[in-house]
Amino acid sequence: MKAFSYQRADSATQAAAAALKPGAKIIAGGTNLLDLMKLQVETPSQLVDIGRLPLDKIEETPDGGLRVGALVRNSDLAADPRVRQRYGVLSRALLAGASAQLRNKATTGGNLLQRTRCYYFYDVTKPCNKRNPGSGCAALAGFNRIHAVLGASNECIATHPSDMAVAMRALDAKVETVDGKGETQAIPIAEFHRLPGKTPEIETSLKPGEIITAVTLPPPPPGVQVYRKVRDRASYAFALVSVAAIVDSARGRVRSARLAFGGLAQKPWRVAQAEEKLANASADTKSFNAAADAVLDGARGYGGNDFKLPLTRRALHSVLAETTRT
Amino acid sequence: MDENEFTMTEITRRTVIETGTTALLLTTLPRGALAAGPLDDTGPPPPPATVELQINGRSHSLTLDPRTTLLDALREHLALTGSKKGCDHGQCGACTVLIEGHRINSCLTLAVMHDGQSITTIEGLAEGDNLHPLQAAFVEHDGFQCGYCTSGQICSAIGMLAESRTGMPSYVTEDLTQSQPELTDAEIRERMSGNICRCAAYPNIVAAIKQAAGTPT
Repeated sequence: MKAFSYQRADSATQAAAAALKPGAKIIAGGTNLLDLMKLQVETPSQLVDIGRLPLDKIEETPDGGLRVGALVRNSDLAADPRVRQRYGVLSRALLAGASAQLRNKATTGGNLLQRTRCYYFYDVTKPCNKRNPGSGCAALAGFNRIHAVLGASNECIATHPSDMAVAMRALDAKVETVDGKGETQAIPIAEFHRLPGKTPEIETSLKPGEIITAVTLPPPPPGVQVYRKVRDRASYAFALVSVAAIVDSARGRVRSARLAFGGLAQKPWRVAQAEEKLANASADTKSFNAAADAVLDGARGYGGNDFKLPLTRRALHSVLAETTRT
Repeated sequence: MDENEFTMTEITRRTVIETGTTALLLTTLPRGALAAGPLDDTGPPPPPATVELQINGRSHSLTLDPRTTLLDALREHLALTGSKKGCDHGQCGACTVLIEGHRINSCLTLAVMHDGQSITTIEGLAEGDNLHPLQAAFVEHDGFQCGYCTSGQICSAIGMLAESRTGMPSYVTEDLTQSQPELTDAEIRERMSGNICRCAAYPNIVAAIKQAAGTPT
């Protein structure tokens, strides 16, 4: 680990101001950042610890939603009775991620900001445009079983590893932030994570020094909520493909469906056309296939991850069959 | 770890138990051990940080390189070597300790982040010769072979049973709104998936935990 100085932040605004300094990094749970620092993928010269700031509350919002503080632990969010009752897809997604020990440490804000688990991003001896812009992408022609099939570029085919963010995408969450001047904004989660394009090192729409203070969930939409995660072992593994689904249906007809996918791209993937194909459609193989076609529009494999295309289709079929069974 | 280091650790652990202070340790451990962990940085060390940790009911004041993980602070600075370093990347669970009663991977957190907090390690579980019910259950059910993962398994299981008592669901819990999911074998396996056992003593670990789950802790 490279040497760094350590300071504890007094307020979110002060932390944001401190984070503007070159080499400064915010630390909260630290489960991803410290892992990367040990490997010198991350080499901050200063750590600003926000872990003790009072951003660890889950509150009701006036519109009937929830406001989740940035420092709420993944375990506490998953176990919150209101989340279990009204946002089952979020509770399930959280419980599908990492291990209990990590969930006890990892925070809501940190989960959104975790980095990809691309092998080549982690291996500092290999080219990686995300870690070292301009150095190339070793995954394109390398081992790319876990990599993106949608929204990737010639510069980067990494995926975003979060389960939580996929559920939040289906729920249309908003990410609240503050900067060093105390200015706040609410970023729709659809716009929070960015696709790699020519700048895979820029992963979110956060400006330098801007930090997450909370995530707000609108009131839950009607329908059955499911989180389906397909992975190489039954527990404690990242998603190859995951589906967060909120489907409202009755007597074999879908009223509305929200579908967000993990493991496919550098952001939770959601396609409006796929949901339109299902709205007011008969809950049958034909409409499920039409939805899958829309989700996979433009998808391509890179060799090791070709299986993700049929796997996504099958996972979607399975989830839609489950959620429309009345 | 070579033989010399092993011997030294044994001596200093005894010293700590006898004196209850770390002052002697800090003067007897070689610099390499003080610098704890793969620092692999040739630059000048950062300014040291002071941290107060309540470990197993006893207060310890340490002056540390801020890079020191909680695991290295326990093992290399306090000679509490019960918590093991397996992968050092939060993947194996051998380093699991309880912070304010919650299980975490001590390898993926810095000691300075835990100033003033209360930490329980495997060394803090037994009361004299009376084993903690989970320790006794692991012995009774032979929940190990080599034993390297065992302290992490036991600390993790204690945290898991506490979580379960507060109604924490798991990925395999069928009904999320259930206030107290039953601890079936499938539930125990899912909830303990952050602890790897390379000897694959899993059936006996599950049996030990299942027994202890019925015992007040």
